[in-house]
Amino acid sequence: MAATSEAAGTASIDNGRAQIAAQKAATRTVVSRWLLLSPALVIILGCGLLPLFIILGYSVMQPGDYAGVVCCKLVPDAWINLFFEQDMFSDALAPNYAYYIIFARSILMALFTTALAIGVGFPTAYFIATRSPKMRNLMLFLITIPFWTNLLIRTYSIIMVLQDQGVLNKILMGLGLIHEPLQLMYTNVAISYGLAYAYLPYMVLPLYASMEKLDFRLIEAGYDLYANRFQVLRRLIIPLVKPGIVAGSILVFIPAIGDYVITTQLGGGTRMMFGSLISQQFLTARNWPQGSALSLGLMLVVMIALFVYAKKAVGRAQS
Amino acid sequence: MKTFASVLLAGAVLAFGAGTALADGELHIDNYGDYTNPDLIKKFEQTYNVKVTLDTYDASEDMYAKVKAGGSGYDVVVPASFLVPAMVKDGLLEKIEPNQMSNFKNMRPEFVNVYWDEGRHYSVPWQWGTTGPAVNTEFYKGDINTWAVIFNPPAELKGRINVEPGMTDVLNAASYYLGQDACSDKKEDLKKLNDTLIEAKKNWRTMDYDTIGKMTSKDAYATLTWDGAAIRQRLQVPTIQYGFPKEGLESWMDNVVVLKGAKNMENAKLFINFIMDPENAALISAFAHYDNGIKGTEPYLPKEMAGAPELTVPSGVKTEFLKPCSQDVTAMHAKIWNNLLK
Amino acid sequence: MTDTTAATNLAATPSSATPGRRGPRFDVKRQGGFGVMAMFCLLMLYAPMFVLVAYAFNDNQFVMIWKGFSWRWFGIAVNDPEIRGAALLSLKVAAIASVTATIIATMAALVTTRVKPFRSLPLVYAIVNQPLMVPEIVTAIATMVFFAWIKTVTQYQGLIYLVVSHIVFCIPFAYMPLRARLEDMDLTFENAAADLYATPWQVFRRVTFPLMIPGIIGALMLSFVISMDDVVITVHVSGPGEETLPLYLIGQLHRGVTPEVNAMSTLFLLASVLLVTIFFIVTRKKT
Repeated sequence: MAATSEAAGTASIDNGRAQIAAQKAATRTVVSRWLLLSPALVIILGCGLLPLFIILGYSVMQPGDYAGVVCCKLVPDAWINLFFEQDMFSDALAPNYAYYIIFARSILMALFTTALAIGVGFPTAYFIATRSPKMRNLMLFLITIPFWTNLLIRTYSIIMVLQDQGVLNKILMGLGLIHEPLQLMYTNVAISYGLAYAYLPYMVLPLYASMEKLDFRLIEAGYDLYANRFQVLRRLIIPLVKPGIVAGSILVFIPAIGDYVITTQLGGGTRMMFGSLISQQFLTARNWPQGSALSLGLMLVVMIALFVYAKKAVGRAQS
Repeated sequence: MKTFASVLLAGAVLAFGAGTALADGELHIDNYGDYTNPDLIKKFEQTYNVKVTLDTYDASEDMYAKVKAGGSGYDVVVPASFLVPAMVKDGLLEKIEPNQMSNFKNMRPEFVNVYWDEGRHYSVPWQWGTTGPAVNTEFYKGDINTWAVIFNPPAELKGRINVEPGMTDVLNAASYYLGQDACSDKKEDLKKLNDTLIEAKKNWRTMDYDTIGKMTSKDAYATLTWDGAAIRQRLQVPTIQYGFPKEGLESWMDNVVVLKGAKNMENAKLFINFIMDPENAALISAFAHYDNGIKGTEPYLPKEMAGAPELTVPSGVKTEFLKPCSQDVTAMHAKIWNNLLK
Repeated sequence: MTDTTAATNLAATPSSATPGRRGPRFDVKRQGGFGVMAMFCLLMLYAPMFVLVAYAFNDNQFVMIWKGFSWRWFGIAVNDPEIRGAALLSLKVAAIASVTATIIATMAALVTTRVKPFRSLPLVYAIVNQPLMVPEIVTAIATMVFFAWIKTVTQYQGLIYLVVSHIVFCIPFAYMPLRARLEDMDLTFENAAADLYATPWQVFRRVTFPLMIPGIIGALMLSFVISMDDVVITVHVSGPGEETLPLYLIGQLHRGVTPEVNAMSTLFLLASVLLVTIFFIVTRKKT
């Protein structure tokens, strides 16, 4: 009896020691976890999020005479101006149609660009993923090269194609199909083409990553169950690569909605988008609070869009 | 991987640590794009053994925002005349007293007492000119000496017009067209300004500062531009002519100033004095083809500038250096501009 | 999802076991029109670049008006000090930013993947991905204002501001491929090493890190490209004299291009083709 109770006693001491050791290991894990995370968190919190708080502050201050803000009385003017403006000539408060048009234009342009990117990118990614490994590598190689070319260079090359004196018009006129050059530059078509061209790799690569992991035995099984190609596409392939679609869409939509370099280059500068409006408020209009409010407003639009999209994506996955 | 990492680390140390090992210092200039003669910079660098960096902006306001935000790092910037009083008031400029420098005697007397810097305590002229319409007469043979080519264009020019997107340039031109005071605060005047611009924009193709590119590539048949740019357009496409609207047109001057607390103050002052020398002022003009504010530069100018019609405002045509408007009117103008650009 | 569960049940059956209904030549993977679209996609991606390269040989100041074949613009581009300076600066900034971002992202990825979700994990995700969620113009203006304040207070000018701003947006881009790679790696090797009395650092150095290399290379390349391409943030944050390649290009686009830009672009295109080829050859040997 004494031997077993002694053994039991030692066992409980060992248990206790094991527990302490486990606890120590757990704390070490937590400490090392935060230690490893700290550089990322510090840099992004400090240089990514902190400036945003400064902008938040600016958005509720009064604009300085020629630039900057006047400290420190807080006014909500800039935010109200996002929705309503004082009509210049009648002093009545009216909906700020100018801004609404700009907001709508940017959102529609970004949505259209994303749709275009999916429309072209999805089949392409799928095609690449279903080739033999050698073909696959070759095609990936081909897709990656434009990605490695500078964005502005790619935009410039589009200008060379679409201009009045550009290659497309030269070909069409040379073939006798048209007699006057088509005015393709400075149109919405040019802008969407330019944006889609710029951000297409951001759609194809995540889509490809998802599709590469596709288990084609599932697809086969779908066919075995008498599904036709379209049904297989709609009910098997698309849901299975959903993470890729989501990732790609986010990576295209966000830059597209805030873009102003490509939009101004290809659009001619006559139609403002969100990005150029924000830039203009800080520079020509010298209204920093307004520019700040617009920046945060743009962020909110993006967050809401992401949230809605994520909810829908998760919702469908759960149904 | 390890050697790669150490090479990169060494590179990082060099990148951050070294800076520029220089003889007599540096000078950091910020100026309009396509506006500075590289030969001028080289000459200054060699004369004073200074390393010069040149950054550019499309409009004064871009530069203003950076300077006002602080820590821009520039020593010398080139604001338009209407911004100089604002920069003085904001305490952004160093009072360098060009009027006491050795080359000051070369400044043309009519540019010494200007509304933005009486007696020249802060600034010296860089270049000056007028803002007017340029038309490619191959496509339109009518009268180009009117603002109607931009604001109420004939059929041949509709949809083929570029307007450089400088708010004050465009609004002042429109005010001339309507025969209104540029700083009028009357509601009817502002409304007319707003409506005329919105109507006119329907006929504009692009709003781009690159007026030379738009005209020479024939993307545009007419543009709002400046006299020097019009000369450069004509040199490439001889059918392009600069108009002097009978309704009047604006004169402007870009001035060189030194920022308060500039790190390279001595070099900045040397530069200010340097550009008041006729030979150097001629170098400045030779590049962008604008007139300058210094006496005696004619013998040094390129021959295509001698007698260029763009540089002389015909007698009988009204032109002036327009003053900036009051805060309230400027705010209204900004609203009109926003409304126009949507 | 009843479709897939039924399908999974049948997944064990190899295709050769059920011929007949679909015929021996039925390609499970084919989808109508996808091949055409893929070819169209490649055409659309490459056509403008061919045009770009072609006009680099134009013996005329006006790019679009062909006057004859010439190599001279290549000579001018190579000798142009502004292009060289801009290219070198871009490479320098991109190299530093991508390496730093990859190191930081690796550390973050190690701790956030293949672990039991801890309470603040969603918050950590949000923070790490924050630069991706904010439109660039917003980040650019906010950073410019913030750095301007720092510059006024410390009176220090330097490349570090630009580099730090690049590191910030490179981190999420580096994080993505690292995370993807880690999730593909199961923990068996690491557990085995731990069972063999390896310390955590040894486990990392000899097991995890070598297995992660494709992800690390992906992270480096992705963040390098992103940094080289950046326009908006660089325009607002760069200090005097800090002209990167995109800034130079924007200046040229605003001032009227000559085939010098085409020539320069062609040279860079060649450089990227070379790099990507090397990368593909190297990774092919591994698989």
